[in-house]
Amino acid sequence: MKFGIVVFPGSNCDHDCYHVVRNVLRQPAQFIWHGESRPPALDCFILPGGFSYGDYLRTGAVARFSPVLRAVRRHAARGGAVIGICNGFQILLEAGLLPGAMLRNRDLTFICKYVHLRVESQRTPFTRQLRVGSVLQVPIAHGEGNYYCDPQTLAHLRRRRRIVFRYSSESGEVSEAANPNGSLDHIAGICNERGNVLGMMPHPERCMEPDMGSSDGQGLFLSLLHEKYLERA
Amino acid sequence: MASGDWQVEVFITLKPSVLDPQGSTVRTALHSMGYRALRDARLGKYLTLRFAGALSRAAVQRQVRQMCDKLLANPVIERYRFRIGAKERTGR
Repeated sequence: MKFGIVVFPGSNCDHDCYHVVRNVLRQPAQFIWHGESRPPALDCFILPGGFSYGDYLRTGAVARFSPVLRAVRRHAARGGAVIGICNGFQILLEAGLLPGAMLRNRDLTFICKYVHLRVESQRTPFTRQLRVGSVLQVPIAHGEGNYYCDPQTLAHLRRRRRIVFRYSSESGEVSEAANPNGSLDHIAGICNERGNVLGMMPHPERCMEPDMGSSDGQGLFLSLLHEKYLERA
Repeated sequence: MASGDWQVEVFITLKPSVLDPQGSTVRTALHSMGYRALRDARLGKYLTLRFAGALSRAAVQRQVRQMCDKLLANPVIERYRFRIGAKERTGR
């Protein structure tokens, strides 16, 4: 399965993603420069974390106009897999590929720590092989992960099971105390209507090997690979 | 019409329905300083733009609105207003 990792000026998790795809998943990976509007055929786009364009104006606001986003849109429209992690999620929101927006964290601080996520939906190829209600330990590292959308959008996301991850306790209990950034309805990740585009604030690529303290991130990528395998079989 | 550039000021603020954690923090600080009558504080962004004087006022207005809709403000969480001032000589 061919992965393309988009590199914006200011991306800083691009190499982590590359390492994970090449050395953990053992799949072909390539960097895609943000100026590239016609990258080679890929199976999955990863929009990595970082501070694209210095987070100027709003997180992801400027990256959205990068030529590569045209390719990401085409890929998504064809049903191709796209995952936006952290700043990548913020870019997907600004680009309108996912609904809503990010606000500063509730406590105005940059938070870098392990959190727990409850899997809420199997609507994405990244979670199809995970069990709804299961809990993953995944790190976050952001200052603006306080997800917001209007009440109608939230109702729609809930109804269509498009909330993919919620912040929870270790035992899977969703509460204000387990919510690190104040995000609406404890949302940590959502997907589009078709399910092929996933945006999430936590970093699954940072927990793919036991040495990293958790390898729960593997579940997402193995699920994706499994889907691809099923498709071919 | 005086020659010179159009001076435009753009104000972007979070919608009233959106929680403003920065504004809340500022309000709390001002309260603790003794400004008891203060009811609310909201933070926003302020931009100054300068346009070629050859443009009509209507064209400037149209372009600023487009800029705000497409890039400067995020309609999900923010609203904006702007003020087109008098043309000013810039000394260039």
